[in-house]
Amino acid sequence: MSIIVNHVDHIYNPGTVFEKKALNDVTFSVENGEYIGLVGRTGSGKSTLVTHLNGLMKPTGGGIYYDGVDISSDGYDIKALRGKVGLVFQYPEHQLFEEDVFADVCFGPKNLGLKETEIELRAYEALKAVGIKDEQFYVSPFDLSGGEKRRVAIAGVLAMKPEVLVLDEPCAGLDPAGREEILALADHLHSSLNITVIIVSHSMDDLAEHVERILVMNDGMLVMDAPTRVVFGHRAELEAMGLAVPEVTAILSDLKKAGLPVRDDLITIEEARSEILRVFGK
Amino acid sequence: MIRDITLGQYYPTDSVLHRLDPRVKLCGTLIYVISLFLFQTFTGYIVATVFLVSMIALSHVPVKFIFRGLKAILFILVFTAVLNTFLTPGRELVSFWKITITIEGVRLAAFMILRLVYLIIGSSLMTLTTTPSNLTDGLEKSLGWLKVFRVPVHEIAMMMSIALTFIPVLLEETDRIIKAQQARGADFESGNIIRRVKSLVPILVPLFISAFRRANDLAIAMESRCYHGGDGRTKMRPLAYGFRDIMAYVVLVLYLAVVIVVGIMF
Ligand SMILES: Nc1ncnc2c1ncn2[C@@H]1O[C@H](COP(=O)(O)OP(=O)(O)OP(=O)(O)O)[C@@H](O)[C@H]1O
Ligand SMILES: [Mg+2]
Repeated sequence: MSIIVNHVDHIYNPGTVFEKKALNDVTFSVENGEYIGLVGRTGSGKSTLVTHLNGLMKPTGGGIYYDGVDISSDGYDIKALRGKVGLVFQYPEHQLFEEDVFADVCFGPKNLGLKETEIELRAYEALKAVGIKDEQFYVSPFDLSGGEKRRVAIAGVLAMKPEVLVLDEPCAGLDPAGREEILALADHLHSSLNITVIIVSHSMDDLAEHVERILVMNDGMLVMDAPTRVVFGHRAELEAMGLAVPEVTAILSDLKKAGLPVRDDLITIEEARSEILRVFGK
Repeated sequence: MIRDITLGQYYPTDSVLHRLDPRVKLCGTLIYVISLFLFQTFTGYIVATVFLVSMIALSHVPVKFIFRGLKAILFILVFTAVLNTFLTPGRELVSFWKITITIEGVRLAAFMILRLVYLIIGSSLMTLTTTPSNLTDGLEKSLGWLKVFRVPVHEIAMMMSIALTFIPVLLEETDRIIKAQQARGADFESGNIIRRVKSLVPILVPLFISAFRRANDLAIAMESRCYHGGDGRTKMRPLAYGFRDIMAYVVLVLYLAVVIVVGIMF
């Protein structure tokens, strides 16, 4: 599996007053097994970018290659691509429609034209993977809590056995515990099931301890593409774009400015704790 | 795509039409629509075309944008044309097998299509140049006299204004839901009619749920700001006629005169 995004532009409503260049010459590539965060302030084009990855939107310039093949070329099997690049939209719980949870999760694999037993097996595995209990399989999806609905919706995409899973703002509107659950789920999918995961977010704290590489979007342009720690070393630039570094990184760099000899390239609470203790000689 | 539906959409730019009082535009649209149904002759349609083309030119709205709204009713247009062509009795034009096409049929079909197209363009020109809040203000004020007959004018205007502002929101929502289901492999384009209708369920159920949720949120938001209907409510910008509006009425009266003359003479 590999995705290459090559000089992609996207212009909404070209030629009218509503014209908006949402993507401007975006280039990057994704390799098998990566764990990527895509950040940017609201309106920077993150959702537009990820809806290009499974061919739901067509670039107005440039091209996207999946396993080396241009996905907008004639005769490309776009339906198969949608199975390989699983896209979970912002507020995915709003797309639930079936009478019970299990049936809803079956929707994706059914559309892939699989056999009945295979469909049900996949739905079962997906629901298990996202941590939905057996007794909730046959309740109406509308009777679940917000966090559970979201996990069911993610299962709906997982059941298609994607090679790449893209989660658009998976933590929006959840409480800290719900957020941690979703992120732990993403970790699990990445490490145990070997799925390439891309998480879209504007919270650096959510991403810091999870992803290995971060792409930063600003005003339709990809302005940074580097390992997580490297990106968080650019506090001033990030803040100029309306983003922040994780709180612990901010605290360490403030301490450094105040004269304490601490390192300021740490991103997890654990690291920060031992660094501060080290400085105080404990 | 679903976003091509321009019904009730506002196109923000600056033009004479944009600056007119909404009551003038309402009145003008009404007169225009009536005139479309009065015209039975070719000359009549020339008058209607000239009027419409000059209004489009005045509106500064791109022509492409205006015509986009027609795509949505293409099916109705074709349907009407076919029915009229084949089912109108009269003098024979061509005939094959059991089907006869009459001169009257072709004529009627052509007029029907023109009428529908002009009707849609005429009324979308009004919504394209008038913000929803302005439009409903105009409606509320021009229909104010109906209050005497206990018609809830304010409530109707408020409902219309909400409906108009929600059309783009719901279209956007529909677009998003369609995309989300497509990401799960949903296919809306292939299969027979039954399969296609069935394939709408995954769109309609979430759409209705979201519409009800929005309606509920809106109702709560309005009540918590003490909305209690139209009594005693004042306006931020009360409508007032200006010189421009008087001139527009003069143009309308002239148009009406031409319509009557053409109707009698030709
Ligand atoms: N369907 C559309 N038509 C026109 N403009 C759009 C459309 N969708 C998005 N835009 C515009 O494109 C830009 C990028 O939008 P996008 O949704 O990709 O941003 P985002 O980074 O996902 O933001 P958020 O964090 O709020 O989800 C925005 O300025 C938005 O207004
Ligand atoms: Mg977004």
